[in-house]
Amino acid sequence: MHAQLRGAVRELCAGFPDAYWRDLDSRREYPDAFVKALTKAGYLAALIPEEYGGSGLTVADASVILEEINRQGGNAAACHAQMYIMGTLLRHGSADQKRAYLPKIAAGELRLQAFGVSEPTTGSDTTQLQTTAIRTGDRYVVNGQKIWMSRAEHSDLMLLIARTTPADQVKKRTEGLSVLLVDMRQAIGHGLTIRPIRTMMNHSTTEVFFNDLEVPVANLIGEEGKGFRYLIDGLNAERILIAAECVGDGRWFVERATKYANERVVFGRPIGQNQGIQFPIARAHVAVEAADLMRWRAAALFDAGKPCGAEANMAKLLAADASWEAANMAVQTYGGFGFAEEYDIERKFRETKLYQVAPLSTNLILAYIGEHVLGLPRSY
Amino acid sequence: MKIAVCVKRVPDTETRIKIGVDGKSIDEAGVKFILNPYDEFAVEEALRLKEKAGNGEVVVYALGSDASQETIRTTLAMGADRGVLLKTDTPSADPLPAARALAAELKSGAYDLILFGKFAIDDYHQAVGPMVAELLDLPCVTAIGHLEVNGGSAVAEREVEGGIEVVELSLPAVLSADKGLNEPRYPALKGIMAAKKKPLEVKAVTLDAGGVTLLELALPPARKEGRIVGEGPDAVTALIQALRSEAKAI
Ligand SMILES: Cc1cc2nc3c(=O)[nH]c(=O)nc-3n(C[C@H](O)[C@H](O)[C@H](O)COP(=O)(O)OP(=O)(O)OC[C@H]3O[C@@H](n4cnc5c(N)ncnc54)[C@H](O)[C@@H]3O)c2cc1C
Repeated sequence: MHAQLRGAVRELCAGFPDAYWRDLDSRREYPDAFVKALTKAGYLAALIPEEYGGSGLTVADASVILEEINRQGGNAAACHAQMYIMGTLLRHGSADQKRAYLPKIAAGELRLQAFGVSEPTTGSDTTQLQTTAIRTGDRYVVNGQKIWMSRAEHSDLMLLIARTTPADQVKKRTEGLSVLLVDMRQAIGHGLTIRPIRTMMNHSTTEVFFNDLEVPVANLIGEEGKGFRYLIDGLNAERILIAAECVGDGRWFVERATKYANERVVFGRPIGQNQGIQFPIARAHVAVEAADLMRWRAAALFDAGKPCGAEANMAKLLAADASWEAANMAVQTYGGFGFAEEYDIERKFRETKLYQVAPLSTNLILAYIGEHVLGLPRSY
Repeated sequence: MKIAVCVKRVPDTETRIKIGVDGKSIDEAGVKFILNPYDEFAVEEALRLKEKAGNGEVVVYALGSDASQETIRTTLAMGADRGVLLKTDTPSADPLPAARALAAELKSGAYDLILFGKFAIDDYHQAVGPMVAELLDLPCVTAIGHLEVNGGSAVAEREVEGGIEVVELSLPAVLSADKGLNEPRYPALKGIMAAKKKPLEVKAVTLDAGGVTLLELALPPARKEGRIVGEGPDAVTALIQALRSEAKAI
């Protein structure tokens, strides 16, 4: 199954070669055609159960799809969220909500790939977020600001987490947060403003402003006040999928660097014959393969319905570190050419750097491992 | 519309080929195999014809080892209805025994069309399709770039030197597909899932020896290293000289 999936995704990606991504990158444009092809072939509906029109794949299977996109030099980050954000709706949404949205998401008619968590003033300290949703009658009135909301301009729906009960009225700071499904098609110009943020890579990220935006109470996911818990239990799947993307990147860098080191002749021999070049490539390969094992371990636990918080976090950290090391190695191997846009190394280098910070900064993973796995004092 | 498509598992064109220790076969370790690209056009054409007709069946045949099951699954994922593997672990260097095995199997299938790729990118024989046609006594058109089927007959186009040849033929017939016939679809995820449940029959076959024996496989000689003749406009005369007298290219 995985071999078939890989082959099929590879074939699709072959229609979107390096030059496609390079060209979009220079214009910071969204990979519309690629995402359409991927959607049409059903890959972004991989995790949606068959009864809602998806394929009901396991997280392990789905991770192969994202890995292979990055492995072929593409950037799955442009659309990975369409695959997994719906998980919150699937696990905690009402039967009506699921029937209303999931089949359309599966068919690609509705894009749910914007996730509003991060805020400018509170950053990684999610429970302190300032955006409020105050209930008045059958609506919530939303005010506040989100930042780094990726793909907001390329999504129909947004999953928003906001405070519905003021922090000083709840026992624990994790309480009083709620998840709302915002229909952005109706909201833009009626209390919702999206402003793109230009970043060092092509990522379509934005900042989003809420000014008395009204959201029907019917769009509350699950119970009011339990949003933080809903957020948390979507994260393990996300971590595993992102780890797979990093593994894909890492393998791409190792493959490109190996090829280049075999072909580039300086001082009368291939540069790959020098241990100074060869060993970093070998080391990067070792790190990627080791991270991959943790990714499969986490995925197996997840798909068996077992706790996998530690493994999913470790997989994300190891894989993000491995892809970043591999990126660094590749630039070094390519020398000056590593900096030339034409070789795509610098583009992937910029793209893979993101995984160190988002989703979830590496330090916060270490803080989690320290506290929850090792029993050290909470550090944050 | 009942259509058979014969497909072959071949090494990816981007794979670096290593010759096995026996000197007559490819060392398969680390080699990536794919569905022969010309066969992919044939599969796509069959699927389109079936879709257009609104009914029918597309049956995919492969001849080879168990590994060819994966190749058949790829076509099932594209939308073919079922597959048949004619299993043999001892391939023949002569295309005729392969054609005989396929023809024997296809004979009783009552197919309106039997499609092949114009050749397999590993051995370039361009022979099995026409041989099957001959063995089954059916009309055959090779390397088609366009096809229109109207009931019991069809019009096919082939690209020939400097132009297009248009031929009419009656069905049933054997056709081989050229590039440009269509744009093959990507296997969709649903197709891949469905392919797992589609029937794939494995039948053992024994190929007769045939009249051709493979003696040796050899890699092309390594390319000689390039030489810089000079730099700037001054080098032009030297370059022309070298192209003329050494490379004999102009
Ligand atoms: C391109 C891009 C796309 C993004 N997409 C989305 C999105 O779609 N939706 C969304 O909600 N968010 C998104 N994010 C936001 C991302 O998740 C955050 O940037 C990330 O969680 C870190 O938050 P911050 O930037 O506020 O950093 P801060 O929280 O300010 O942290 C800055 C640095 O300090 C470290 N740090 C902070 N506190 C501690 C501590 N206690 N101990 C040790 N180290 C600490 C952090 O690890 C980090 O390295 C995106 C970000 C980027 C850059």
